[in-house]
Amino acid sequence: MNHAVVLAAAGELTSTSTGEAVTFWILAPVAVLAALAMILVRSAVHSALLLVANLFCVAVFYLLEQAPFLGFVQIIVYAGAIMVLFLFVLMLVGVDSSDSLVETIRGQRLGAVIFGLGFAGLLVFPIGSAIDGVHGKGLESANAGGNVQAIGRLLFSQYFFVFEAVSALLVVAAIGTMVLGHREREGGRINQREWMRRRFTEGRQATPLPGPGVFARHDSADTLGLLPGGGRASGIGGIAGTAPESPANGGPADDDDGSGSGPSGGGPSADDGQLGGDDAALAHVGKGEQR
Amino acid sequence: MSPAPVHYAAASGAFSLSWLLIALPLAGAAVLLLGGRRTDRFGHLIGTLAALASFVVGVVLFAAMLGRDGDDRALSQHLFSWIPVNGFQVDVGLLVDQLSIVFVLLITGVGTLIHIYSIGYMAHDPARRKFFAYMNLFLASMLLLVLGNNFLSLYAGWELVGLSSYLLIKFWEYKPAAATAANKAFYMNRVGDVGLAIAIMLMFATVGSTSYADVFGAASANVIGYGTITAMALLLLLGACGKSGQFPLQAWLPDAMEGPTPISALIHAATMVTAGVYLIVRAGPIFDETQAARTVVVIIGAATILIGCVIGCAYDDIKKVLAYSTVSQIGYMFLAVGLGPAGYAIGIMHLLAHGFFKAGLFLGAGSVIHAMDDDQDLRHYGGLWRKMPITWATFGLGFLAIIGFPGLSGYFTKDRIIETAFDKGGTSGYLLGSIALLGAGITAFYMSRLFLMTFHGKPRWSSEGENARHPHESPVTMTGPMIVLAVGSTFAGGLFVLGHSMQDWLEPVAGEGVEGVHTFSPLVLTLLTLVVVVGGFAAAWLRYQARPVEATARPDSEVTLVTVAARHDLFANTFNETVAMRPGQYLTRFLVWLDLVGVDGFVRGSAAGIGGLSGRMRRLQTGFVRSYALSMLGGAVLMVGALLLVWGG
Amino acid sequence: MNPANYLILAALLFTIGTAGVLIRRNAIVVFMSIELMLNAANLTLVTFSRIHGTLDGQVMAFFVMVVAAAEVVIGLAIILSIFRTRRSASVDDVNLLKY
Repeated sequence: MNHAVVLAAAGELTSTSTGEAVTFWILAPVAVLAALAMILVRSAVHSALLLVANLFCVAVFYLLEQAPFLGFVQIIVYAGAIMVLFLFVLMLVGVDSSDSLVETIRGQRLGAVIFGLGFAGLLVFPIGSAIDGVHGKGLESANAGGNVQAIGRLLFSQYFFVFEAVSALLVVAAIGTMVLGHREREGGRINQREWMRRRFTEGRQATPLPGPGVFARHDSADTLGLLPGGGRASGIGGIAGTAPESPANGGPADDDDGSGSGPSGGGPSADDGQLGGDDAALAHVGKGEQR
Repeated sequence: MSPAPVHYAAASGAFSLSWLLIALPLAGAAVLLLGGRRTDRFGHLIGTLAALASFVVGVVLFAAMLGRDGDDRALSQHLFSWIPVNGFQVDVGLLVDQLSIVFVLLITGVGTLIHIYSIGYMAHDPARRKFFAYMNLFLASMLLLVLGNNFLSLYAGWELVGLSSYLLIKFWEYKPAAATAANKAFYMNRVGDVGLAIAIMLMFATVGSTSYADVFGAASANVIGYGTITAMALLLLLGACGKSGQFPLQAWLPDAMEGPTPISALIHAATMVTAGVYLIVRAGPIFDETQAARTVVVIIGAATILIGCVIGCAYDDIKKVLAYSTVSQIGYMFLAVGLGPAGYAIGIMHLLAHGFFKAGLFLGAGSVIHAMDDDQDLRHYGGLWRKMPITWATFGLGFLAIIGFPGLSGYFTKDRIIETAFDKGGTSGYLLGSIALLGAGITAFYMSRLFLMTFHGKPRWSSEGENARHPHESPVTMTGPMIVLAVGSTFAGGLFVLGHSMQDWLEPVAGEGVEGVHTFSPLVLTLLTLVVVVGGFAAAWLRYQARPVEATARPDSEVTLVTVAARHDLFANTFNETVAMRPGQYLTRFLVWLDLVGVDGFVRGSAAGIGGLSGRMRRLQTGFVRSYALSMLGGAVLMVGALLLVWGG
Repeated sequence: MNPANYLILAALLFTIGTAGVLIRRNAIVVFMSIELMLNAANLTLVTFSRIHGTLDGQVMAFFVMVVAAAEVVIGLAIILSIFRTRRSASVDDVNLLKY
């Protein structure tokens, strides 16, 4: 067709290479699944890891789309720095503060699903019909002297002031973070003796909490044997426990999540699928509500 | 034929001072009202002086007018432009002509006398200063009414006299009857005033001006359609009926007697209530054009004569009897002025004579009431003539004048009205004449009854015991004006009639009375009237002098139906209450209900609805960020959908 | 393959991110969802950059990344300070500003 000839003569990108197509069709489902899993898993740490997976997929897409600079920035800055920041904060807040997935706001989930699907439909179908038969020009000419060089040229010429403004924004963000994170110390400096006194007078867990993902091979004061649902496996722990069969009910905050239902079901709750073990005595430590 | 007084000469010389007539009493009122209690000691003197000064100015103007040519006596003085709107020019000006000057003399003259009388009558009243202030205000208002050279000034004066009347009726406002009577007078006057107001609007709508010159010019030139001018005349008549206590708006006047007696004499007998007559005479050029309205005037006059007379026979309250007598006498005036130019001058003559003798009668009544410790019941009087000879003499002269004793005022003026009524000719003439004649007879009866029960017969009071009374003659400030008024009652009528002086004087304004064909010769009619009057007097004598008078009236069950009706004002109040007041109350209640349920309900309902809705909507503000985010997403979905609809077609 | 398929993918990712914001209560996960949405937007920008044959889209995506970084830093600081006072990282616990 004349039109197509004209387009081809103009160096239009009418279709992508087979390799790109294969990569896309492999990674796109992965990205979508990772994203879906990210919003569905209970543990925030898992969410973060799934997001990293998603970000990697997107980084690959950048590479495929002739944006190598962005692809690497995505990996280094996003998947590297920012996600580390996320995890860091997660650890500060407490890795055991896993999210309950039971909805407390009436109609919220239903609304989210309806509007989400509607939104997706509104975005996807018009795009689908709009892009039918539309093909890009490709970046071969733009990237001729190297992608990084081309972007650098743009950044420091056309977008110079934007670049400077964004730099200022980063500085402001850094200062803002310091302001927000700063805490005035009340009273004098607390020495180790004082810390110890507090720790034992408050009557909470005397020993450090076990690291996440540690399986309770034994039940002792420093390594509590917890059931998959978070219940205490035995009464040996520092605090008088309950009978092994009776589940310790719920965490202090997540009062209505599934964590208390584990033992009675004789198996792992659905949310804990990836941690499962058919041995009921094999307690999982680290999801407990004790802090 | 009535000349169209389209043009008035400009006032000059003494006449340029005519505004002083109004300004003097107005200043008196202002000083007394603004001066407050500081003027308590001498306030009555200021008020009296203001009235007297106004009277002197009136006399000077009258004298100056006498010195002018007969046709050149109407003088208009422009004072200032009141409403100088484009297309609607109202200039306040004064019109001093033959008609207004006689009113000025009556108002200021009788007014001054009653001011003097009030010095004595109100001597013990703590609010005497206020009383004089209101009286001065009344004088100023009434003078504005009669002196204005346009209908709007007249209307302003008309409303102001209504206000003064209201203030003075309720002067003893702590008496519930007085307060009620004042309100009643005010409301019923409003009915008439609305008529007058609409009439003036009609004038402006058709003629484009409210000045006498323009309106009468247009009326005489037959510019205004017959229907319009009839409506105009009837509306003016409504106003006149309201102010003058004529049928069907007569019920307020007797109640107005709750005010102090000098007020009854000045406002509700001599001057204000005759404003209706003045209005009809002044608006003569309009009435001349419409026979229908004139017929209505005559009918109203005749009906009111009988109503006043019949009720006057039934009351035992001396002031009520005099009040109904006033109603009936003004009925005579209406009858006279309704008969056309032939009756204008006669009506005015009777008005002036009536102003004298009725004021005198009221002052006499006040003197009696004063002597009897505020007892107004005729049945508690009797034989007072020995105790109060001056009051007896002056009251007697007024009494003789009103019943038309030959040689006294009433004889000349009332007989002329009867004569003119008969002279109208035809069946209607006979009918009207007979009614007037009958009215004269009944007037003689009830006035004789009043006079005999008060001053003659055996005393029905005692100077000992529980209700001891010590009647005494009144002080000279009270008897003085009574004597002057008695003299006036005696001679005024004769003076007016003598050589047609009054008729000639008023001719430029009222038009030339056509000397009609006499139905009866004057002599026959005079004799006839005399016979009727003597008959009335004789009946009263037989009933109330020859036989002892009961100390208490017989109950309703023992008297005739007519008496019962008369005692109840011919059920005028019942009628008013049934026809006007009750429906008004129901309407008001309905409107209040409508306001409460409908309007307020709507307002409060919408407020409550919005409040309730807000209360519900408030719950959307859950504090959960995620809810808000959901709403945002919903909005985004809607907007994207809408955009796609618009763009994607 | 049509390069515009990236756009559909981006739309899906964006919607998933939206859903995450709506249904997750952990503020940190909410933030991750927001990052997901930003990434979807970035993917769109890069794709359009390719379709239009200019690098402006990539520059935009770069700026978005920078701003996202700043936003994450501040946001996490806020989450931390809230956590310090309220001992909770749930966005539903911060609901005092209501009717």
